[in-house]
Amino acid sequence: MQPRDLTPGQFAAYPPEGRSLAVAHLNILRQLPLALLPSVLREVIQYDYLFPAERSLIEKQLSAIASMNQQQLADCVHGFAAISLSHDLEDFDWINHPAQFLEQQSAWLWSTHQLDAFHTAADDYSSHVDPLIRVDTPPIGRLGIAIVGQGVSSWNEPLFRNLRAEGTFFYGMKPDNGLRLLLDAAAQRATAHPAPYAHWYIDGGAPADHVPALTTISFSALEPLRTGLLKKMQRQIERPGMGPEQLRTWLAQLTPAELGIAVAADPVLARFQVSLFTEASGTQIFSTTFAQWTTREVLRRAQALTVIARFAPRQRQRPMNELMSADTASPELDSAGSLVDADMAAWYHWLNQQRLPGYKQSSFIAWFEDHNQAVVIGPTVPRGVVSDSPLDLSQLLALAAG
Amino acid sequence: MNRLIQSLPTPLALSRSRREFLRDAAGLVVGSTLMGASPFLRGEAVRKKRKAIVITFGGGARDQETFAPEGQENIPHLLHDLIPQSSFFSHVTNRGILGHYVATASLATGVYETLNNFAAVPPQHPTVFEYFRRDLKRPASDTWVVAPSNGFNRIGESDCRSYGAGANVILPKHLLAATRPGGVNLDHLLQDNYENPLYTPQLGGGEFELQQLDRILRLSVQDFTAHARTLSSPDELSVYIATRLMQEEAPSLLWITMHDMDVAHSGAYSLYIEGIRRTDRLCADMWRAAQENPEYAGNTTMFILPDFGRDGDYDAGGNGFQHHRTGDAASRTTWMMALGAGIRPGVIYDDPMQSIDLVPSLGAILGFSAAQSQGKPVRELV
Repeated sequence: MQPRDLTPGQFAAYPPEGRSLAVAHLNILRQLPLALLPSVLREVIQYDYLFPAERSLIEKQLSAIASMNQQQLADCVHGFAAISLSHDLEDFDWINHPAQFLEQQSAWLWSTHQLDAFHTAADDYSSHVDPLIRVDTPPIGRLGIAIVGQGVSSWNEPLFRNLRAEGTFFYGMKPDNGLRLLLDAAAQRATAHPAPYAHWYIDGGAPADHVPALTTISFSALEPLRTGLLKKMQRQIERPGMGPEQLRTWLAQLTPAELGIAVAADPVLARFQVSLFTEASGTQIFSTTFAQWTTREVLRRAQALTVIARFAPRQRQRPMNELMSADTASPELDSAGSLVDADMAAWYHWLNQQRLPGYKQSSFIAWFEDHNQAVVIGPTVPRGVVSDSPLDLSQLLALAAG
Repeated sequence: MNRLIQSLPTPLALSRSRREFLRDAAGLVVGSTLMGASPFLRGEAVRKKRKAIVITFGGGARDQETFAPEGQENIPHLLHDLIPQSSFFSHVTNRGILGHYVATASLATGVYETLNNFAAVPPQHPTVFEYFRRDLKRPASDTWVVAPSNGFNRIGESDCRSYGAGANVILPKHLLAATRPGGVNLDHLLQDNYENPLYTPQLGGGEFELQQLDRILRLSVQDFTAHARTLSSPDELSVYIATRLMQEEAPSLLWITMHDMDVAHSGAYSLYIEGIRRTDRLCADMWRAAQENPEYAGNTTMFILPDFGRDGDYDAGGNGFQHHRTGDAASRTTWMMALGAGIRPGVIYDDPMQSIDLVPSLGAILGFSAAQSQGKPVRELV
């Protein structure tokens, strides 16, 4: 099966909006090389459950390709056309299972040393398509807030080492009422600039009180989903012939309904919640990984305007000698290790925020919860500077915003 | 995102960064400034006694957590104990598949293998252990592999017809699980595929058997499990088994695959750092064990090299240290250090080499032909 042979009926199994999108752009899809097309279809098949920013992007991409003449399109996708695929991949049901195709294609590219060529093809594609896509400037500068170190009473190692070079490090700020000030600031932004999935509060533990205008995800609230999934995974693993790749494929096909998640209220959010556990590694076990990955995905996929990510202590990794003991008690928490995890996660939070449109106007605060250390990054905040100013978090927010 | 793009490291920049750092911190000189013949040019008499230990500093460590200035605090033993005695190769590239089993198999064959990383299959090309045994007519007892990861049980020999007699493989964790002390379920201990932390691979034969604990290692099951209870990680157990092998069998070619740091796949940065620090200490322990063992002291060359790196922070396709999936410079560009017999200490070599160059270099040092390897002997080692 080659893309040129596509027909409208072959999208019958797609959710309704995704099916309409595919059929409306069938002529375009037929002209894309097989090495590229399933990457597009992976978005189209999920279209009904994508965030608004993702929907907008796929629509703009298809429109951009549609606006090209034959030569422009050939130039745009020539790198993908040169990728050699196996007969197995060509025969695969890539229309209905594009994600699984991509997994197999990835293995094929690695084994045939075509991965670099694929990356180059992707860069070429972007260089042709991106200039044709109108980038919407966010209505306000993005704000990222990372709150780290919950439960750590004292810490003598330097914090925020990566972030300090990007902004000003405060080591004498006032931590009083800090969490409330930050959540209130996020709430004000959500109220002033309401938009679906634009303002988020992510908590690696149990969430603090917050306004409903913030889309909220917490490790604590998703505990039933997480433990239920772990049990299902364990049963799958015990099945004969099950390996890591099969398990990954199985995970990718799970739906919220299969995991007991109510989808009626918000099917987009329900799918997203499931994906946090089925498409990631470590989120099922460590709350710090969960908070980091969720932040990454919220920025990458929803292109959020506001993200508060608060890290809670994760469970301690038990050393080998403890595992050998008969003690099956629940492991205690590792607050210090979690602070180190969260410090790195704060750096990734900022990096991921800076990958989005409008990054020059964005601002960021990382705060050691209940302590007097914070780093502030913003359009007008001096970089690589250290300050002992006794500002509180509302003042730091004002500074970040410029 | 110009600011980020400008920050992307290139392989050459990574190499230079390591070199500058080591020259400042450890007082090493740059190899290109040295002239003269290789210290390996000795005679056959010496060659017959030569032993080699290879340690893969796995699975997957980046520069910024090791040899970059901000990472030096994690490798005090490499830096202060071993580097001053070593030739350091600052620019090693892995152009193969960045999965731990397939990459280690590539290191061991000198060919970029394309086997399924998650399957219990042998390498597709002859291994260094097969070259060593066939050309030098060595018995099975003279070459061993110790690997903490259960998926490595087929790495000792290929299924190539003209070779096939390779290394014994010990999987210490599997051995430990086989003892099942007190009926305790050790499944968690076997869950070493950190990319998929609940998965335990099936074994496919060829592994060291429990009965051999006593016969080969002179170790009772009780003593083995008692000692294991004092250790904190699978890599510590591997080093314990390796040093025991050195005492009892004194193999001439010993290969140890470290894996603790691959816990990075769980996304917990602190655990990844702990793994690096532990591996750093264990490398020094292995070198100390060699120096204290008369069978090894003075005639052993030790190689330490990562199987590969991990994804860089600036590649949007990855998630930083967590995985090694993007194939970017940070994940492909690593280093190698060689120390001991025949090695010029305190020298940094910047010339690019590939990870598949290890096997032909070992061949040149030990005296066998890595006939099917696609790598080249490293000039500074032979």
